[in-house]
Amino acid sequence: MSEGQGTAKPLLAVEDLQVSFPSRKGLVEAVRGVSFSLGREKLGIVGESGSGKSMTGRAILRLVSKPGIVRAKRLEFDGIDLQRASEAQMRRIRGQRISMVMQDPKFSLNPVMRVGEQIAEAYRTHQKVSHAEARRRALEMLKAVRIRDPERVARAYPHEVSGGMGQRIMIAMMLIPDPDLLIADEPTSALDVTVQLQVLAILDDLVTQRGMGLIFISHDLNLVASFCDRVVIMYAGRIMEICDAKNLAAAQHPYTRGLLNCLPTIDGDGRDLPVLRRDPKWLDEGLEHGL
Amino acid sequence: MSAMPVTAMPVTAMIEVEGLNVVFGHGADRVHAVRDVSFRVPEGATFGLVGESGSGKSTVLRALSGLNPDWTGRVVIAGGQQGPRRDKAFYKLVQMVFQDPYGSLHPRHTVDRILMEPLAIHRLDNPDRRIDQVLGEVGLGSAFRFRYPHQLSGGQRQRVAIARALILEPRILLLDEPTSALDVSVQAEVLNLLQRLKQERGLTYVLVSHNLAVIAHMCDALAVMNHGAVVEELDVAQLKRHQPENPYTRQLMVASLGYDRAAIDRFEDFGREG
Repeated sequence: MSEGQGTAKPLLAVEDLQVSFPSRKGLVEAVRGVSFSLGREKLGIVGESGSGKSMTGRAILRLVSKPGIVRAKRLEFDGIDLQRASEAQMRRIRGQRISMVMQDPKFSLNPVMRVGEQIAEAYRTHQKVSHAEARRRALEMLKAVRIRDPERVARAYPHEVSGGMGQRIMIAMMLIPDPDLLIADEPTSALDVTVQLQVLAILDDLVTQRGMGLIFISHDLNLVASFCDRVVIMYAGRIMEICDAKNLAAAQHPYTRGLLNCLPTIDGDGRDLPVLRRDPKWLDEGLEHGL
Repeated sequence: MSAMPVTAMPVTAMIEVEGLNVVFGHGADRVHAVRDVSFRVPEGATFGLVGESGSGKSTVLRALSGLNPDWTGRVVIAGGQQGPRRDKAFYKLVQMVFQDPYGSLHPRHTVDRILMEPLAIHRLDNPDRRIDQVLGEVGLGSAFRFRYPHQLSGGQRQRVAIARALILEPRILLLDEPTSALDVSVQAEVLNLLQRLKQERGLTYVLVSHNLAVIAHMCDALAVMNHGAVVEELDVAQLKRHQPENPYTRQLMVASLGYDRAAIDRFEDFGREG
């Protein structure tokens, strides 16, 4: 079932994941039978808005709120059945073993708490250490995400830092418990291109150095292709294609091809961009089985 | 697309900006948001302003449009020198399309009412015919006339915003990140629409974007901004040859090409110049 990861057991296995929401007009199916597995690698999930990519990430952490319904044949993280785990078990997994970075630091940081304290709190929630030790670790972590003046930033409140800095602070907070798996949901799309790449470089180094697994959710196909090892292409709650990032240019599925072709490029000839034509057939085919 | 060198244009410019400065706040809070910016845009051309957040590109556009009256310098549009306040005739000539199609349309007005308002302000005749026509031109059709913004997708809303700008038959459109809130497939549709409308109507565009690929696709010439100043002005052929001269432009270009671990370590921090 796993592909090209060498080791026998994947870190995360997802099989036939379904997320749906009851509404007045019947059941809205946000994720419709998604299967994939993840090793200690960078896996990109790409799709347009409404493709179900964020819901897939949330379902793994059991963060889909009621009345949403999550079902899967298998949802297994490092041998733990995430569907059967108790809330207490989930609390130990969230943050410590699987962490999640959201898109906008403005809404994810506590506005009335100093940055350093928030990061230290994230550490102390999972480790029995003194305040001083947690503070020392928080400063170390700020340095690890390339914040030049960690002492000053640790004393700042969230509104006193820029968007790029806020996102790095979020990443520091999510990484301080040293998780095995990081789910990053559009972690850099609010940032300037150069800062975006610098933040990705930090994540990249963590995957290489600590052997962390990374699920990188994004709408930016080019970025994912150049950053990740493998790419999952999602459309309307289904996986259209899973391919090695370096072979993305040779992707077969018409949806993937359409997404690639409709991007303007610096070297383009300025003629009309090919418009993506959606085929209703895609809704039914998809990838039925995990790779 | 013809790449016209903007610097040595003998023909009349549709837009001329010289020594534009915008300063916000006083004393310790003083921010010099736009520093000595000059450029000219020939009639029928598309001029791009590219830069990262806080570079002042949108502030230039807002000064041009009359949305921000606190500027100094010389702004000439279609031969007329502009002061801080603009009259009604100016807005018949110049219209703007904003980034966020979710925020720029009145949530409790129908498309019909949104499009009717500029017509009423400018007392134009035949509003029904004009609304039907402009909806057709932006690819929506009359069926959308009595819908509310929440009943439309992001791309459809941006088409309504473009229709609202076009309904006064302006000669200049100021475009502030018109596609950055949209999915890439919808972005392609909106960019194609803007290109077609420009050809059909002979419009002049100023396009602000952080996306170098969008700028390269749409523009004849562009200015790269950093910390309020233009660091380099170049025509699109130079950009396509990957030959920008300024190191900041070069870095922006490398960053637009995707993730490259080695290149990122060579990134420099381009602080304020001068």
